[in-house]
Amino acid sequence: MGAAASMRHWLDERFGWNQLMAFVEHKTVPRHRFSYFYFLGGMTLFLFGLQVATGILLLLYYRPSPNEAFESVQYIMTQVRFGWLIRSIHSWGANVMILTAIAHMFSVFFLKSYRKPRELTWLSGMILLFLVLGFGFSGYLLPWNTLSVFATKVGTDIAGQVPVIGHWTLIFLRGGEDVTGATLTRFFGFHVAVLPGLVTLLIGLHLLLVQRFGMSVPPSVEADWRANPARVQEMRFFPNFFLRELMAWYIALAILGALAAFKPWELGAKADLFASAPPGIRPEWYFMFMFQTLKLLPAKIGPVAGDLLGVLGFGIAGAVWTLLPFLDHEKPGRRSRWIAGAGVFALAYFVGMTLVGYAAK
Amino acid sequence: MATLDQVGIHLNSAESRSGRLLGLRMVLAFFSMLLLAPLSLAQQTKNSCLDCHSQLDPPLHASPDEYNASIHTQKGVTCVTCHGGDATSDDVDKSMGAAAGFKGHLDRKQIPGFCAKCHSDASYIRGFNPSLRTDQYAQYLTSVHGKLLAKGDTKVAVCIDCHGVHDIQAPNDPRARVYPLNVAQTCSTCHANAEYMKGYKIPTDEFALYNSSVHHAALVDQGDLSAPTCVTCHGSHGAAPPGVASVENVCSTCHVFQAQLFDSGPHKDAFTSLGVPGCITCHSNHGIQHPSDTFIGTAEGSVCVKCHSAGEPGFDAAAKMHESLARLDSAIGRSDAILNRAELSGMEVGEAKLAQSEARDDLIKARVSIHGVQTAKVDQDVQAGLAVAQKTYQAGLAAMAERSYRRTGLFISLGITLIVLAGLALLIRKLESGSGN
Repeated sequence: MGAAASMRHWLDERFGWNQLMAFVEHKTVPRHRFSYFYFLGGMTLFLFGLQVATGILLLLYYRPSPNEAFESVQYIMTQVRFGWLIRSIHSWGANVMILTAIAHMFSVFFLKSYRKPRELTWLSGMILLFLVLGFGFSGYLLPWNTLSVFATKVGTDIAGQVPVIGHWTLIFLRGGEDVTGATLTRFFGFHVAVLPGLVTLLIGLHLLLVQRFGMSVPPSVEADWRANPARVQEMRFFPNFFLRELMAWYIALAILGALAAFKPWELGAKADLFASAPPGIRPEWYFMFMFQTLKLLPAKIGPVAGDLLGVLGFGIAGAVWTLLPFLDHEKPGRRSRWIAGAGVFALAYFVGMTLVGYAAK
Repeated sequence: MATLDQVGIHLNSAESRSGRLLGLRMVLAFFSMLLLAPLSLAQQTKNSCLDCHSQLDPPLHASPDEYNASIHTQKGVTCVTCHGGDATSDDVDKSMGAAAGFKGHLDRKQIPGFCAKCHSDASYIRGFNPSLRTDQYAQYLTSVHGKLLAKGDTKVAVCIDCHGVHDIQAPNDPRARVYPLNVAQTCSTCHANAEYMKGYKIPTDEFALYNSSVHHAALVDQGDLSAPTCVTCHGSHGAAPPGVASVENVCSTCHVFQAQLFDSGPHKDAFTSLGVPGCITCHSNHGIQHPSDTFIGTAEGSVCVKCHSAGEPGFDAAAKMHESLARLDSAIGRSDAILNRAELSGMEVGEAKLAQSEARDDLIKARVSIHGVQTAKVDQDVQAGLAVAQKTYQAGLAAMAERSYRRTGLFISLGITLIVLAGLALLIRKLESGSGN
C-alpha cells in the first residue's frame, strides 16, 4: 500500500473518508444560462478566507489603542516587509467581499433559491450578511484616522435613534457616550474575536445546508427541464466546477494585488477627538444608501422625527427581506411577481442612492 | 381653611393688634409701590428730546435706535449731559430754555475740549471703566488734526468725525467706526476725498493703496484684527505721519527680527546719511505687497538696483543673495514635485512631507536674513534648508523606486497568474473533452 493509500485508509477507519470522498465525487452543479451566479457564494467564502489570513498577519503588528493604532498601521504600511500589500489587500478585500456578498444575496433572490426547502439557508445567509457588514463597520474604525472616527460617530448616532433600545445600543457600541479609546478596544474585540467566531459557526451551518439541499435551479429552468428532460445539464462539482472557481479566485486575487499596487488603501490623518467633523463626512459605500436617505428625509414627518422614521423603515424592510422565504409562495403567481418587482426596486434604490450619495456635495 | 388657632398659632390680644397694624402697613406700602412705580418709571424713561428730534428731518433728526444702542446711553450719559436742557418736559420753552441750561449745538472747535471734560477726568471715567485711557485729548493736541484745529481749521477731524455723535460704540464693538475693520474706511471719509483734501498737499490715494496691501488682506481676508490699519502706524488721537527717522521704529513694532537685522547691517548708516527712511524705501508704506525673491537681486524690477550698479560690492551681494534664495526655493520645489508624484501613486510619504516644512522654515529664515545684507548669514540658512530638501528629495526617490518595485512585482505575479489561468483552462478542456461533461 502506497503512502497516499495508507493515509486514506487511516482517515477512512476513523472519519469515514471514503464516504466523504464519494459524496464530493458525486456532487453536481446544474448547468444553465444562470450558472455563473453560482460562483458568487464561493467567491465570498474565498474572500473571507483571505480576510482571515491577511487579518492574522496584520494582528502581528497592529496595536488597538488610540495612542498607537494609527502609528502601528503607519508602521505596517511603511516599515514592515510587504506590510503595504497585506494591509491594502485586507482593506480592498473587505470591500470586494461585501460586494460579492450583496451580489450573492441578490442573485439568490432573483433566482428564487430561497424557496422551500432552502429557507434556513437564506436565513443563515442574511445573518451572515449582517455580520459581514458588522465586520466592515468595526474594521473601519481600527486605523483610528479622522474619517474612520467621524464615520463611526455618525454610524453609532444612527444606531442610537432606534426607539427604546437605541441609547443602550449606542452606549454598548461606543463603550460610553462618545467615541473614545474604549470604542476602539471594543470594536477591535468585535472584529477579531466575536464576529469571526459567529461567522465561522454560521458559515459552517450555511455550507452544511447547501450540501444537504444541493444547488437550486431557477423556476424557469426547472420548468423547462421538467418539460424537456433531455435538456438537463450538470457538471461535476469536483474537479470541473471547482477548477472554474479556482480560476475566478485567481482573478480576484490578481485584481486585489493590482488595487494594492496602483491604489494602496490610504492612511489618512490621525484622528483628533477634539476637532470638528471634516466637511462632507460620509460612510463607506455599503452604508451610503441608508445615510443618503436619512439626509434627504425632512426633520419632521408629521409628529415623528424624520431620522427615526428612516431608521425604523430600514429596520422593517430588513426584517421583511430576511423573512422572504416565509412570505413568497412556491408557485409562481401575483405575489411572486410583486416580490420580484420589490427586489428590482430594492436593487435600483441601493445602487441609485449610493450614486446620489457620492454625487451630492 | 384652618384658623391660626387650629394650626397652633395663638396670639394674645396685644400681639393681635400690633400684628394687624404691621400687616396694614405692609399692605399700604405694597399698593403705594404699585401706584407710584409707573410714575417713577416714566420719570426715568421720559426723553422729550428724543421724542421730538426723532420726528424731525436731518440735520436735526436723532435716530432712537442709534441713540438707545450707543454706549453713552447705556452708561447713563443722555442728551442732557451734553446738550443741557430738560428732557422731562414736552414744553419746548422749558426743555430748551436757558433756565434749564440748554447748550444746543456745539461749535466744532469746542468739541474736543468738551468731550475731554469727561474723557480726560480719570476719577470720573474710572467709575465706568478703570482701564480706559484718559489722555486722548492730550494726544489730540499733539496731532496734525489738533494743531490745525488750534489754528482755526475746522475741516480737520474732531472726536465726532471718527467716533460718531449719537451712535458712539466702544472701540471693540464691531459696529464702532473705530473698530479695526472699520478704521481705514473712517479715515478715508476725508483722506480719500481729493476735493475735500485740496489745499493740504498730501496724497489721497492711501486708502486705495492700503486696500491692495498685505496688511489689508491680513485684516479683512484672514480676520487678523492685530494686522495694521491707519492708526497702527499713524496713531489714533495723536495722529501724525511718522518721520523719516521713526518709520523703522513703527514697522519694528511687529517686524522685530527684520528691524534688528537692518540695524546691524550696512544699510542703517547708509540710509541715515542719505536721509531716506528704512523699511518703506524698499517695501512702500500704504500699498505694501507680499515680497517675493525678485525684490532682491540685480534683475530689472528689483529694489537693489535702485541704488546699486554693476561692479559695486552691494550689487554683487544682491546677486549672491538672490541666487542663494533661488537655489533653495528650487530644491524645495523639486522635492515637493517628487513627493507629490509619489503620494498620487499611493506611496506613503507623510514623514518626508513633514520634514519638508523644516526646509520651508529655513527659506523663510533666509528671506528674513537678507535684511542684514550679510551674504554669509543668508547662505548659512540656505545651506541648512538645502540639506533638508536633499533628504526629502532622496525620500521621494526612494518612494518612487518602491513604487516601481511594487509594480514590477505585480506584473510578474500577474504573468504567473495568467499562466496558471491558462493551465487551469487547458486542464478543464482536457477533462471535459474526454468525459463529454
